[in-house]
Order: sequence, then C-alpha cells, then structure tokens
Amino acid sequence: MSLLKAENIHKRYGKEEVLKGVSLELERGETMVVIGPSGTGKSTFLRCINQLTPPDKGRVWLDGVEVTHPKCNINRLRAQMGFVFQDFNLFSHLNTLRNVSIGLTKVKGIRKEDARKLAMKELERVGLDDKIDAYPAQLSGGQQQRVSIARALAMEPKLILFDEPTSALDPELIGEVLEVMIKLAKDGMTMLVVTHEMGFARAVADEIVFMEHGVIVEQGNPQQMFSAPKHPRTGEFLNKITELYGETE
Amino acid sequence: MVFDLAWLPQLTQGLLLTLQITTACIAMGIVLGILLALGRVYGNRLISTPCSIYIQIFRGTPLLVQLLMVYYGLPSWGIYPSAFISGVLALGLNTGAYQAEYLRGAIQAVNQGQLMAARAIGMSLPQAIRYIVLPQAFRIVIPSWSNELILMVKYSSIVFSVTLLDLMGVGKRIAARNFRYFEVFVVVALFYLVLVFIISQLLRLLEHRARIPGLGEHAEQR
Amino acid sequence: MLLRATLINIELLFALLFLGLLLGTVVALLQVYGGRFAGTLAAGYAWVFRSIPALVLLFLFYFGPSQFGVNIPPFIAATLALGIRSSAYQSQIFRGAIQAIPQGQMMAARSMGMSRLQGIITIIIPQALRLSLAGWSNEFSSVVKDTTLAYVVGLNEVLRHARIIMDRHYELAMLAYLAVAVIFFVLTYSGNRSLGWLEGRLRIPGLQMKGGTQNK
Repeated sequence: MSLLKAENIHKRYGKEEVLKGVSLELERGETMVVIGPSGTGKSTFLRCINQLTPPDKGRVWLDGVEVTHPKCNINRLRAQMGFVFQDFNLFSHLNTLRNVSIGLTKVKGIRKEDARKLAMKELERVGLDDKIDAYPAQLSGGQQQRVSIARALAMEPKLILFDEPTSALDPELIGEVLEVMIKLAKDGMTMLVVTHEMGFARAVADEIVFMEHGVIVEQGNPQQMFSAPKHPRTGEFLNKITELYGETE
Repeated sequence: MVFDLAWLPQLTQGLLLTLQITTACIAMGIVLGILLALGRVYGNRLISTPCSIYIQIFRGTPLLVQLLMVYYGLPSWGIYPSAFISGVLALGLNTGAYQAEYLRGAIQAVNQGQLMAARAIGMSLPQAIRYIVLPQAFRIVIPSWSNELILMVKYSSIVFSVTLLDLMGVGKRIAARNFRYFEVFVVVALFYLVLVFIISQLLRLLEHRARIPGLGEHAEQR
Repeated sequence: MLLRATLINIELLFALLFLGLLLGTVVALLQVYGGRFAGTLAAGYAWVFRSIPALVLLFLFYFGPSQFGVNIPPFIAATLALGIRSSAYQSQIFRGAIQAIPQGQMMAARSMGMSRLQGIITIIIPQALRLSLAGWSNEFSSVVKDTTLAYVVGLNEVLRHARIIMDRHYELAMLAYLAVAVIFFVLTYSGNRSLGWLEGRLRIPGLQMKGGTQNK
C-alpha cells in the first residue's frame, strides 16, 4: 500500500478550473518532484493534499486513512504531513526554538522540556542550533526556510510537502536549503516537492511529475524524463526551465 | 488665585475613583472587545452580524447618552444599577465596541500565511487563533489600544453626572461649595494632565517591551 | 421636542467645528513653520487641550468666568471649550497632512517667485485640507457625539430635554434616551456617509492619509 494516494482531485476558483482530476501515488521513502509552468495548479494540489484548500472533488489517503473523509480528525492527520511554504511563514512572534517546539507542545501535548530537546535536535539537523534565540525577522531567508523545515520535521511526519521552497530566496541562499532537502531525501524521508530546481530533481527524485493546465501530462523516473520525454510539452518545458534557472548541483 | 491645600485629600480620593473606574471598564472592554472581534472575523453570519451591529450602535451613539440610559433608563424598566455599576457598565460596553474594531483591524493585519502554517502543523482553528494569531494581533493593536485607554481616562469624567465622586465629581463639589470654579478646575485639569502624561509614558514602555526583535528594523531584507 | 432640541446640538456642532478648524489650522501652521519657539508653543497647546477631558474644559469656560462676575451664555462657553479642544485634535490632523506634502511643492512655489506665506496659502493649505479629510471625518463623528456633553453646563440641548421628559414622566426615561440615541445614530451615520462621499470626490489620486484619534 502506498503512503500517499490522491485520486481524481478537482478544484475550481470561480470560473477557472485549476485542477482537473489529478491522481498520484507516493511510496514510503520516495521523493517525488512536481514540475510545470507557473499557475498550473501545483501549489493548489499540494494544499489539497493536506486540506488547507479542500478539493471540490476527489479523495486523498495518508497511510490508508482517508484525509478527505468528512469525519476524519483533520488536525491529527495534518500533523502527520509536514508542509514547507514558499514564503516560510515562520511565526513572527516566536523565536527559532519556539517556532519548532510549539507544535510539539500545543498539538502533540509533549512537555515543554522534552519539546525543547526534540526541537534542538531538529535545529541541529538543519544546522541552526546556534540561532535558537533569534526571531524570524533576524534571520536570512535561507535560514528561515531551514527553520521551517525543522518545524515540519519536529512533528515526525510521515511525509513532507514542499511548496516551491526556494522560489522566494536570493540565488546565493538556495544552496543551503537544497542541501538540507537532499540530506533528508537520502535519509529516507518521504517527500513531495514542487520546485523549479532541476538539479535537485535530477539528484534525488525517484519520480518526476510534469503538470500543466491542471492535469498530469507525464510522469516517470528522472533519467527517462530528462533524456527521452514521451510528451513534446515535457521536453519543451524542460529545455526552457534549464535555460532559465540553469542547474544547481 | 486661591488654592486650598485642604482640597488635596479629596481630590486624591477622586483620582482613585477615576483610576478604579477606568481600570474596571478597560478590563471589561478588553474581554468584550476580544469576543466581539473574534465573532466578527471568525464567526459565521449568525454570530458576526450581531457583533457588528453591536459595534456600530455603541460607536454611533454618544457615551453620555449610554450612561444616562443605564443609570436613569434602566430603573424605568425595573432594574436599579448603582452609580458605580452604571459607570463601569456604560464605559465598558462602549470601549468594548471600540476595542473590538481596533483588534479586528489588527487580526486582519496578521499575515494570512501565519494561520495557514499553524493549521499545517496540525493546530485546530481555535489553537491557531490563540497561540499564533492573537499574540501577534495584540502587539499590533497596542498603539491604538493605548489611545483608547487614555481616552477612557478622560471620558471617565462623565460619571460625575450620575453622582459619582471621581476627580471631576470631587472638583465640582469643592468648587460649588467655595464658588471657586476657576482655581479648582485648573487644578483638576492639572491632575488629568499629569495622569495622562504618566500613563502614556508607561504605555510607550509597554509598546517598546512588546516589540518583536528584528521586525520592522530591516524590512528591505525581504 | 427632542428633534427641535437637536437643532441646538447641530448649531453647536457647526460653531465648534468652525472655531476648531480656524484655530487648528493656525496651530498646525505654527507647529510646522513657526520656528522653534512658536512650534513648541503650538505643540504644547495641542498636547494640553487633548489631554484635558472635555467636561473639565466645559466647566472652566462656563463656571470659571462667572466666578469673576463675567457671565457667559452656555452656548458660547460650550463653543469655546469644545472648539478649542477640537482645534487641538484638528491641528494634529493638519500637521500630519502638511508634513505629508512633499518638500518640492514649496520649493517649486518659491522658485516661481512666491513668498513663503504665499506658498503656504496658495499651494500647501489647499493640498493639506484635502489630504486631511479622512482624519477630519473621524473628528466629525466624535465631535457630533460630544455636543451632548454641553448638557452639563445647562445648554438647552437634546439631553436636557430628555431629562425634562424624564422628570415629568419617570416611566418614559428609557424611551427618551433611546430616542436621543437613535437621533445621534442617524446623525453620525449620515454625517459619515456624506463625508465619505466628499472624500471620494476630492481625493487627490495616489495620496492617502491616516485618520486622527476617534473620540466618543
């Protein structure tokens, strides 16, 4: 049984149909990268998975539990799915340590002292254990994003959803975030990543999904997708994106 | 100009009552303001409509009228509130409406992403409001809240019209007895001036203490 | 009866707003252009009259002179007390507006050969008045309600009439005050509506300003 299963997800904003029936499955320990032109519903799709944006139609299962079921405990399920935002969304009134530990104390009910230790461990993992007292506004974008990854990790999620985690960063700060993500992937974390970073996709993706106009056009392993895409649009997009962003190693 | 030092103890008594009434009504206004603001922002129509009607009515009518309604009006309906209760109730109901509006603005000024991020780590909506949105909104609302507090210090003087001996009421009594309105009210004015000055300095300190480090300092970084 | 008495409140409203506008403009101009001495004085004036409760001012202006044998009619006393208080608030609104006008405007006026005073009158004030409309409409809605405070110096206004009704028919007390509340609700509501409309008509595209403090 796959860890994450999305089936026939539809979402419409007013007249515009953003998602027109997207389905995919993600195995435990796998890293899946979703690529595609801007405005094709990739971010909406991610938010439909953890119900931050409830889909109009379609169902989602996490580890066999239906997330879209009206009677499920959505808060408990969300706690099992980490989410990393494009613009970080660190809690501005809390310092780094509290940003990571607040979910542990308030959602999981862990004692403050234990939560602190766990949070420290995750901050160490992203290399920011020397910044525990800093507030978000005192950190660089790259540091903020690493804290937000630690915040997601601290909840011990079954998978993490990344919504263009490097798009809001200055070029020189992208590397430090990707480095953390690559390490996570290699450690066996299950990840669903929306990104334009082809270098990252090539390096760690087990599967690449190309989305356009609210549907999945093509999906496959990186080698096949990069060297021999079946669909002409996939090739066009990959050429364009490589020109635009280059390849980050 | 004649000033009799014997007036001082009475005026100090009045000052204490002014402080008591202001504190009580502000406390009441905070609770009411939070409830009304939450009702307006997060309530469904059944909740948010009454909240906004309440706010509009209390902001749209004179405070003195509200006070007289409570003190003189309610008895004609068989309810007899004491002067003190009337004062605190009228001022509290009124400032609650204003505080609600300020807090609503502050809640809406908190970045939407903050709520989303809180929900994303599994917080329920009430948890997210309590631990993430409100603490930030409170910091944003401090300046307008300070204005409101100072305003209430001054407006609390209307309670003299329902026989209470606050700073204003004491002043009026002394002045009427000695027919020394000018001197007495200059002194009363000075009392208010000093009071307002001290309170605004304290509030400035609070605002400074509550600032989130780094926020607003180098905005160009983002 | 209540409605007719409300006319007194409206008269008082216009009188005090006019006085406040006049004094407030002068105070604001002094604060910005008056140099150090006049500027400090103006700032002190604004601070003092914003910090003293309206009721204390009303008592000072009404009962204060009578102690020296000068009897001032309640309407005049109320206009002076509330008008001066309003001028303190209005001066802060104008000051903000004047300071929001770019320095270049004055420089351009001077470079055309205008004197400083001419520049202030023909270039700065017209812009500042328009810019301060938002703050002014806030001030309007609080001052409307504050006219009821003149009740305490015995002005023959609406609350006094409500009181007369109450003294004659005690059971009507609540109704009388409710009626006053409704009258003022309509007044503030329609006043704000028309000021909002005016603001929209006169707004200088692209320029905005925050309102002053809201009174009760």
